[in-house]
Amino acid sequence: MLTVTDLHVSYGSISALRGISFSIPAGAIVTLIGGNGAGKTTTLRTISGLLRAKTGKVEFLGEDITALPAHQIVARGLSHVPEGRMVFSNLTVDENLSMGAYLLSDKALIAKNREYVFSVFPRMKERLKQTAGTLSGGEQQMLAIGRALMGNPKFLMLDEPSLGIAPRLISTIFEKIVEINQSHGITILLVEQNANLALEVSQQAYVLETGSIVMAGESKKLRADPQLKATYLGG
Amino acid sequence: MSEFLQQLLNGLSLGAIYALIALGYTMVYGVLRFINFAHSDVFMVGAFIGYYLGKLVPEGTLWGGMLVLSGAMIGCALLGMFIERVVYRPLRHGPTLNVLITAIGVSLLLEYTGQIVFGAAPRTFPQIFPTANYHVGSLTISSNQLFVIGVAILLMIALQLIVFKTKIGTAMRAVSLNPKAAQLVGVNNNVVISFTFGLGSALAAAGGILYAMNYPSIDPLMGVMPGLKAFVAAILGGIGNIPGAALGGLLLGTVETFIGGSQFSTYKDAIAFAILIVILLFKPAGLLGKFTIEKV
Repeated sequence: MLTVTDLHVSYGSISALRGISFSIPAGAIVTLIGGNGAGKTTTLRTISGLLRAKTGKVEFLGEDITALPAHQIVARGLSHVPEGRMVFSNLTVDENLSMGAYLLSDKALIAKNREYVFSVFPRMKERLKQTAGTLSGGEQQMLAIGRALMGNPKFLMLDEPSLGIAPRLISTIFEKIVEINQSHGITILLVEQNANLALEVSQQAYVLETGSIVMAGESKKLRADPQLKATYLGG
Repeated sequence: MSEFLQQLLNGLSLGAIYALIALGYTMVYGVLRFINFAHSDVFMVGAFIGYYLGKLVPEGTLWGGMLVLSGAMIGCALLGMFIERVVYRPLRHGPTLNVLITAIGVSLLLEYTGQIVFGAAPRTFPQIFPTANYHVGSLTISSNQLFVIGVAILLMIALQLIVFKTKIGTAMRAVSLNPKAAQLVGVNNNVVISFTFGLGSALAAAGGILYAMNYPSIDPLMGVMPGLKAFVAAILGGIGNIPGAALGGLLLGTVETFIGGSQFSTYKDAIAFAILIVILLFKPAGLLGKFTIEKV
């Protein structure tokens, strides 16, 4: 579904990605793990068009999207839930969800998507008239995912959904991520620092270190890998 | 009492014009975080478009006046969008200071091109709308004043509806809150920014026509003072805040008119700005602005 080939990205003279390649099959949950500054967020931002690649190629559903502006990439069904959630803080939950369907004009489809978001995150329905900035971290994460779902994505990229969220909500959010993948067949690329959790829910994983992929394989196998255990899984 | 009401009316009609201009400053600041100093000259161009269109339609008719008003608004909307596209957009990813200085450059360019094209001598603005004076007790209300206030209120209501009830308006607010997240839901930020410039410039043109109707002399530097006042009004109300700009404009116009009518009239600008400084000392984010701490 998504193929990234030899992607190089740099901030000025500092290179953040040094030629990474990976591919994600339709219907899967794939995770990208790695420490701080490994280039996980940079990877997602380059795929979604917020950052420009220096060289390399991103293909989505067989189409080269490397040079497309962000808003045209979303239009193709590739949605990015950014790090730090980035909900529109002064807008209500309702308005945030409507913004998620910005590119859709079919009212029936928008209503259907809204119902789907409420079925996944019932709490959003209770909070409709509240401004997004007043929600808790976990609720903002739900809203950010809900907003992305409003646009009918085929492929969802989630950047650190567990960051800054109450521990008891983290497992809920991860259950929902699996639910979205299974019930709606949405392919998911999950970026996480919490490697244990990410490997648990995903089928495949890539390990990123200072801008290069250093390990790749089935999540189950990686969880048993002694080297990975020592570095990312806390022994 | 009647003198008070008279001055209040004069103040509100001046303030309504400041408010119309201030809205443009505040909207552009909202989406791009910079002050478009050329905005006051778009106001001037609006008055001049009105002057030339006014020669083409019979004077003192409602339809003719409306035609002139809409013509100027459309003309300036296009001008504003053109300036953004050609001058500001290429600089968007550079430091804000660069855009700010460029805006001052565009302002000077418009002012002095105006002097070449229109000439530096002031001209008398035609009476484009029918005029009458109404007497209520000892109060004299000119139809122009009512018109200024009426049009300004209508435009502000229209703006409020656009910003809060339409899709593009919600997108404007979204871009202003978080341009990256707006892109990620599929908003083409360029379109929204262009629309914002068009909308703000159209309001400035309306302000230009209304100003020219009440102070019927126009020249290429006419935008400087009202532009500065409107900028102050936008800050006073809380820059980036739309109702704040309207409130700031009305307040500044009213205060200025009252002081102008008192024994301190010589110092009216000084006193108006002193009041601004005092208000900002106590409310640094403006009357309706929220002081936000930027999260990193």
